[in-house]
Amino acid sequence: MFEDVRDLYNAAILERGRRPRHMGKLEAFDTTAKGDNPMCGDRVTVWLKFAPDGTIGQTGFDARGCEISKASADLMVEAVQGRAPADTKAMFERFRTMAQSGECPSCAEFEPLKPLAAVHAYPSRVKCATLPWHALVAALDGAANATSES
Amino acid sequence: MNDAIQSFDLKSIRAQFPILGEKIRGKDLVFLDSAASAQKPRAVIDAMVHAMERQYANIHRGLHWMSERTTEAYEMARDASARLLNANDRSEIVFVRNSTEAVNLLAHSYGRSIMKPGQAVLISGMEHHSNIVPWQMLRDSHGIELRVAPITDPGELDMAGTEALLADGKVGLVAITHMSNVLGTYTPAERLAALAHQYGAKIFFDGSQAVVHRRVDVQALGADFYCFTGHKLYGPTGIGVLWGRRELLDAMPPFLGGGDMISSVSYERSTWADVPHKFEAGTPAIIEGIGLNAAIEFIESIGYPAIAAHEAALTDHALAKMSAIEGITVIGRAQDRGGVISFTLDRAHAHDVATLLDRQGIAVRAGQHCAEPLMRRFGLDSTARASFGIYTTHEEIDALADTLGRIREFFA
Repeated sequence: MFEDVRDLYNAAILERGRRPRHMGKLEAFDTTAKGDNPMCGDRVTVWLKFAPDGTIGQTGFDARGCEISKASADLMVEAVQGRAPADTKAMFERFRTMAQSGECPSCAEFEPLKPLAAVHAYPSRVKCATLPWHALVAALDGAANATSES
Repeated sequence: MNDAIQSFDLKSIRAQFPILGEKIRGKDLVFLDSAASAQKPRAVIDAMVHAMERQYANIHRGLHWMSERTTEAYEMARDASARLLNANDRSEIVFVRNSTEAVNLLAHSYGRSIMKPGQAVLISGMEHHSNIVPWQMLRDSHGIELRVAPITDPGELDMAGTEALLADGKVGLVAITHMSNVLGTYTPAERLAALAHQYGAKIFFDGSQAVVHRRVDVQALGADFYCFTGHKLYGPTGIGVLWGRRELLDAMPPFLGGGDMISSVSYERSTWADVPHKFEAGTPAIIEGIGLNAAIEFIESIGYPAIAAHEAALTDHALAKMSAIEGITVIGRAQDRGGVISFTLDRAHAHDVATLLDRQGIAVRAGQHCAEPLMRRFGLDSTARASFGIYTTHEEIDALADTLGRIREFFA
């Protein structure tokens, strides 16, 4: 039973969802935002600290939700490390495309995020994977709140 | 085994629901999400298709055969709804789109005209958002206080706490669920109605869940208003009922303005049609009304004693089965409860549980169930919820329990 869900509930997702490496609020941060999916109850808060050159220096998050949203948040932290805000937002667009279609537009840079590609086969769960990114982009834009339920 | 159960032929009932023959990824559909919306029997489907194919026109206005026949068919739903609730008169049945619209109608019309600033509306701590938000809007626009009756840890209404909130006589309306869509708890409707009246308040029950599972007699309950929605009662979406005592409806102003709700119109002034048409502006949900009539006749053909007995047996079985699974916590342990069971699993989030159940063809709901304050009351973000219908079998509950045990192993 459940062999058919191993595409999404793979070892990487289960490991990150259950033992996230980057969960926790940053002591000092430059910007923060909350992602909230009121229909399902998921909530992700993201804190960002920029490096002197304006790229993302450090990211922390707190997540209340499912394995998918927590794993996605944890993998996101590593993927955006050292990226400029504009570059990060472009990456979110590519990530969203991957989550919705299963295709990764530029696969090399997406290697660490690929464990989430299978979420496209679970349409009601795509918003779980994208919620942390919505929160991250809101933080970059100086918005307090975001949602992926729309 | 009593007569009610003996006369309940589950196999023949299931055969009347075409969708139950569907396969989900090659597996039998186990539909345990009826509290969100129930499946439709052949009689409802056929009645709606028949109307569209053979007997359809706009109603209440055409002077031709089709309009007259369609009006008759649609108005049968009013008679059926009056029978269902044991209303004193068919004119007390107001058609609305759904329960949400019923509450909004009441808040707009009764709340903004009969109630006066300084008065209060009393809801409970286990309401659906649809019985919270319209009252908040009334509070903010009209100076009506909103009070919330506390609930206990087992998920029952705290009656002493409820009475304390009524004691100052400021509550003009008690608006409360008859059955929680999360906890499965029935509220003690007769006691509540007596209590409300003792302190000078009227009482409205949200019967969206309750009317599906047990006989509702609004006169015996002592209710002033009652609502339900068609789609949870094996009928179509887009049609529901607000019942109110005639003298209360007569005193209330219209909710929406337009065609069908007027007596006469001039540019200087318009006058309103009588109850119930005063509250039914515009072309109504004609096909859906015809479907609702078929749904109520379907319920009547089986009878509430058999329905209630079947669902009580299912609920007992489910609670016993689920309590035996390590790591499962059932939320709400009310004495008087029905077939809606919310639960958490220690090793997995409700969404992950729902996704894995879905892969076995088992449909449950997961999330906040449009009851965020209730979730907070129990310190939860979300639960999974299995809810039963007239077609649910013991074997389906066994499949749920077995699969939950395996999900727990999966997340070990």
